[in-house]
Amino acid sequence: MKRLMTCIECPQGCRLSVETGGLRVISVTGHRCPRGENYARQEVEAPMRTLTTAVLTRGLELKMLPVRTSKPIPKDRLQEAMEAVKRITLTSPVKTGAVIAENFLGLGVDLTATRELNIESRYAVWQN
Amino acid sequence: MIKRELVIVGGGPAGMAAAIAAAESGVKDILLLERDQHLGGILNQCIHPGFGLHRFKAELTGPEYADRFIKLVRDSSGIEVSLRSFVVKLTGEKRLSYLKPGALEEIEAGAVILATGARERTREMIPIPGSRPAGIYPAGLAQKMINMEGWIPGREAVIIGSGDIGLIMARRMALEGMKVKAVIEIQKTSRGLVRNVVQCLEDFGIPLYLRHRVTGIHGAGRVEKVNVAEVDDEYRDKPGSGFEIKCDTVLISVGLIPENELLEMAGAEMDEKTNTPAAPEVNLTSIPGIFACGNACKIYDLADWVSRDSEKAGKMAAEYLKKVLSNQRRDL
Repeated sequence: MKRLMTCIECPQGCRLSVETGGLRVISVTGHRCPRGENYARQEVEAPMRTLTTAVLTRGLELKMLPVRTSKPIPKDRLQEAMEAVKRITLTSPVKTGAVIAENFLGLGVDLTATRELNIESRYAVWQN
Repeated sequence: MIKRELVIVGGGPAGMAAAIAAAESGVKDILLLERDQHLGGILNQCIHPGFGLHRFKAELTGPEYADRFIKLVRDSSGIEVSLRSFVVKLTGEKRLSYLKPGALEEIEAGAVILATGARERTREMIPIPGSRPAGIYPAGLAQKMINMEGWIPGREAVIIGSGDIGLIMARRMALEGMKVKAVIEIQKTSRGLVRNVVQCLEDFGIPLYLRHRVTGIHGAGRVEKVNVAEVDDEYRDKPGSGFEIKCDTVLISVGLIPENELLEMAGAEMDEKTNTPAAPEVNLTSIPGIFACGNACKIYDLADWVSRDSEKAGKMAAEYLKKVLSNQRRDL
């Protein structure tokens, strides 16, 4: 069976033509780099997405800390992941890349901070 | 009046890249002014991935992309960062006034780089008839609310315009549990990247109505519904094609306008159609020694290109300063 899809690995957005047999990929055409072929295989076998969202904080500079999964997770677990993220409240300062939740949902990926966040400025020394 | 060699207005991707490049090109005294409490500009609210593929060969989120530049700014010698600093005045002689907590500072700059970014086009610029209820947001503002302030703007949303910010916000709102009922685009194709149509709309089953327009926004107090119609090649409504969508939130994602109030104040020539500096080359303005880069200069679709071109602005400013200095020496 032939399946058409758009590669989402980079902004080029290659149009891929994928020859499949059930859940197996036989051939991929239309990709301009090796990532396209990998994407097509993954998309047919088990679609994965990197989740980026924000975690509620208390006593820090910003009300929300942006976070990401360290690797893509199965697309059909995104909603479940969002619900788990909503149960987290961060109260201590973090550096970029800090692990917020280890082995998130048992998926073998970490939820990590994508920026640094310090204590709310009214409690901190004025830096300017 | 305090004299500074190079003053850069705006600490987003453009201003940071310009500052780093200027420092590398030998400028010893750089003042980087940022009105927010952090560097990074709009990258701070763009928490989705897609940044840095060209620049760093890695798929980073906006804050991660900003973080790499913030570290480079910190490590560069000669860059002083002043946060919570809002420039209120610029003259053609490169004199600036800026407000910071508890003070109004006045400085004379050898050269100025304006990296002031862009503003969103609003409902009034499309324009859409109807009432003026609460619940209508520019998409970037809604992005800031959700990603930085922790507010969810409503329950059921319709997005007008299919630019990248609108598509990204469709996914963001869907993830946060809102029902995104439609993205309405008057053109034949999406204005955003194809990958965003796929991963932001198709992934979440959000319908994209191409060659459609919102003909009215209605609601008493709060948005209650929008009217939608299909358009023909001349963008006229096709008779009988109208329908309505119930929603309590409308996001407007119909493009950006370069923010160049300071440049106009300084008396530079402007291209009135695009609100960009009238100049023969990217990063230049009609006033020698005043440069513009990033979205203030022209609207970019990738932050990576903003960084690349803004580095050129930093180098151009460094060259300009060297030339001025050597002319002064010759005159002596």
